[in-house]
This record gives sequence, structure tokens and C-alpha cells, in this order.
Amino acid sequence: MKSQRRVTAVALVLLVVLFAGSVASRRQVDRLRGTESTLEDVLYLSSGKTVKRFSLGYSSLLADIYWTRAVQYFGSRHMQHSYRYDLLYPLLDITTDLDPNLIVAYETGSIFLSQKGPEGAGQPDKAAALVEKGIRANPEYWRLYFSLGFIHYMDRHDYKAAHDAFLKGSEVPGALSWMKVMAARMSEKADDPETAAYLWKTIYETVTDKDVRGTALLHLTSLHAEADIAGLEQRTRLYRQEFGAFPSSWSDMMRAGILQTIPLDPNGDAYKLSPDGSVHVQDPAKFRFLINSQ
Amino acid sequence: MTSRLSAITLNTFREAVRDRVLYNLVLFVLLLVACAPLFGQISIGLERLILVNVGLSSMSLFGVIIAIFVGIGLVSKEIEKKTLYTILARPVRRWEFIVGKYFGLLLTLIVNTGLMTVGFYIALIITAHQLTRADALLLVAIYFIVLQFMVMVALTLLFSSFSTPIFSAIFAFALFVIGTFAEDLKNFAALAHGATKWLASAAAYLVPNLASLNVISQIAHEHGVSGSLVLMNTIYAVFYSAAATAAAVLIFERRNLK
Repeated sequence: MKSQRRVTAVALVLLVVLFAGSVASRRQVDRLRGTESTLEDVLYLSSGKTVKRFSLGYSSLLADIYWTRAVQYFGSRHMQHSYRYDLLYPLLDITTDLDPNLIVAYETGSIFLSQKGPEGAGQPDKAAALVEKGIRANPEYWRLYFSLGFIHYMDRHDYKAAHDAFLKGSEVPGALSWMKVMAARMSEKADDPETAAYLWKTIYETVTDKDVRGTALLHLTSLHAEADIAGLEQRTRLYRQEFGAFPSSWSDMMRAGILQTIPLDPNGDAYKLSPDGSVHVQDPAKFRFLINSQ
Repeated sequence: MTSRLSAITLNTFREAVRDRVLYNLVLFVLLLVACAPLFGQISIGLERLILVNVGLSSMSLFGVIIAIFVGIGLVSKEIEKKTLYTILARPVRRWEFIVGKYFGLLLTLIVNTGLMTVGFYIALIITAHQLTRADALLLVAIYFIVLQFMVMVALTLLFSSFSTPIFSAIFAFALFVIGTFAEDLKNFAALAHGATKWLASAAAYLVPNLASLNVISQIAHEHGVSGSLVLMNTIYAVFYSAAATAAAVLIFERRNLK
């Protein structure tokens, strides 16, 4: 009995020590293999159809795993502010081969692909191809036409293709009426910042991925600041017309009755006024998508 | 103590051989003989790649199946046949019985894998007519397969120390599948927040990391494996399998065998 107790105690201590050792060595193994070790499959087996054959009928489950890998890959590259996302398209392609009805992979994955680096892979053509593949597999899902129109408009600047995508989507039963409005806007006011803001707002409200939502928010704040700056610069020109020179500070414009208060950007910081009458944001890093933010 | 351990180890090995476990080698050889010319006709230059993939995957799969299906009977069969009481009536301690069984089955798998390796290299020579330096790398993949067996034998023994054979097989097979995706589980933990993160991290360390022990694709494409990874994987497999064996001893020591 005494011997049994001793063996139990020794086994218990060994169990704790050895398990701690396994955790410590596992951490070392993980460190050596890096964060992208799960992506080796993609390097050696890039055909989704082959992966599907190996999945023995559990292709949906495998698609979920590949989708998680794609999100993980994008997230880690995004955090490193990388401009290279070489494995992103193969991962998304395999995911959607395994489960052609996995809508999130088309919707969110296409935004991962289309955005310019470091926000995304900067591959709008591949993004459009991915969404078109999604439309072929899910023709009744009108939101994919929105994704396609969005990519054509924002990243490919192909307003005709964007118009066609929005129009086709609007014809799908159940599509919201604003798809028709978007199609009309593509023909009439393609360059209007309001159109861009509306599209980004829709992305912000419909996508759940935090990276994509963060990018959408950055675009929205940049567009907001762009509109503010255009308005403020118009007022500085008005000031010069009246007083013969640009204002030296916001107070000059307030004294002249052109402004009520010191103008603030969407982050709550005051806009900077330059001697040549141009207006800038305090922190350009917060407005990465603002044209001429310096 | 050493003689008692080696006696149980050798006896387990002999029993496995008597149970015709090594017959799987015939199937393995048939697979190798069939696959090379068959796939070779599909595409020239792919023969070696296919042979390596089929050979190494079969070694791993056959070994894991043996580890599970022989492992689940290691304890229960002795209880069923009442031979366990005869063994424990001799000056053999329960922990020696468990550890001896572990090494016995591991020895069976090592011999099995060794014979498969010989057959595999013969098939390689027949297919490619020569051996290159890259073929030496295959030994690293085979070594990692043996490390997988170390872990799987310990886990099967752990389950068989308290559960019925059928449930032990289910648990072991489930852990094998989960272990294959262990790195995905860890990545999932990295993406999660709060309690989910904590739980996923704990689960990731609790399940065996078999993903890092599978370098078949990498080696098949003649990509090397760093020495430090070989070392750390070895340390990990030793620690993990020893911890699982310690847990099996702990349970078996407290088990009422009446």
C-alpha cells in the first residue's frame, strides 16, 4: 500500500513536470516553424480539387479550416504591414473549391485581395475572378454582385464593369433597390466622393472581419476629411478675395465671420492651415487614404 | 527492475509478432510495387514523388493503425485472459507492466518501420536506378514518423488503462485527427479573445502536436528540415509521450483490478 502511494506520488510529479516540459518544447517547435507552418499544404498541394478528393467527403469541414488559415494568414501579414500576400489567393481558391457556397470567403476574401498593400494583396483582378467564381456557384446571392461592383469601382476603376455588376445584381430577386441606384451612379457620378463613401459605409456595415472594418473606417474618415479640406480651402480663397492675402490662422477667419469655430478633423484634432491657404490634417498616419495628406 | 521491464517489452513484441501484426508489411510492399509503375505511366518525373508520398504516408498510417489497434488490447486483453493477475503476482509492479507494454509496442513499430524503410529504399532504387543525397533526407521524415508512434502508443496506452478497447480506439483516433490539425487549433487560439482564447490555448497544448511531426510533403519536394527542429521535435515527443505514460501509470496504479 505504501509502495503504491509512493508510485502514485512519483507518477503525479512526473506527469506535471513532463507535461510542463512538453509545453515548453512545443513553444520552441512553434517558434522554429513560424506562424505560417499550417500553410505548407498550399505550397505543395495548390489544387483545391485534389484537396477535395483527399477530404473523403468532409470538404465543408476542410473548407472551414482553410478559411481560418486564410484569415490567419491575412491577419498576420496585415499586422506586419506586408506588401506580399502570395498565398492568399491559393488559400481562398482552395477554400471555395472545397465549399463553393462559403459566401464569406468570397465577400471578405475579395476585399483582402483587392485592397492596395499594405492594407491588402493589391490583386483586384484576382479579387474580381474570385467573386465571379462565387456568382457562378451562388447566382441567387445578389450581394456578391455588390462585391464585384465594389472591386470594379474602387480598385479596378472600371466604371462600366461596375455599372454592369450593380445592374445585374439589382435584377436578382430580393436585391435591395439601392443596387439600381448604385448602377445609375456609376454612369452619372462615378468620381463623386459621396459614391465612394456610400460604398465604404455599406462594406463597414455588412462585413464582420475586423481588419476589413478597420480599413473601411479609415477610408470613411479619409473621405470625410477630404470633403472638409475641400470646403475649408474654398473658404481660405474667399478670405483672400476679401482681404488680399491668405489668413495666417483660423482666428483670422473667425474674426472675419467666415468660420464659427476652429475646424476639427473626424478624429477631433484641429486642421492645420498653411501660409499658402492649403489645409492639412495634424496626423497623416490616421488618414492613410487621404490624397495629399502632408 | 531493468530485467523485468525488458522481459515485458520483449514479451509484448513477441506477442505482436505472433498476432501477425507484421503481415501489414506484405500489403506495404504490394502498395509500393503497384504504385510506381502505375503512376509513372501518368507523368514522367512524378514517379519518385508519388513513391515517396505513398511510401511515407503508408508507413505513418499503418503504424498509427497498429499503435491504436494493438495498443487498445495491451491492458484489456491481459485482464480478459486473466494473465495480468499471474504477472502482477510475480514481483512485477504495475508501473513496470505499463512501461514495459509501452516499450514493447514501440519496439514492434520500430522493427515494422525499419523493415518498411528497407523495402521503401529498394523500391526507390528500382524506380530511380540510383540513390541521391536527397534520398537521405527521407530518413528525417521516417524518424519523425517514429516520433509520432511514440506519442500515439503512449496515448493509446493511457486510454486503455481506464477505458474499454472500443472507446480507447475512438479516443485515440480522435486525438490523432485533432493532433494533425494541432497548429490550426493554436492559430485559432491566437485569433480568439477572452475565455475562448484561454480554452483553445489549453486544448492546443493538451492535444499532441502531430502536425509538426509530419514533414512528408516537405521532404518529398526535397526541402530540408533544420537540425534544431529535429532536436526540439524529439524533445517534445519524449516529454509528451512520457507525460502520457505517467498519466497511464497513475490511473493504472489506482485501478481496482478485482
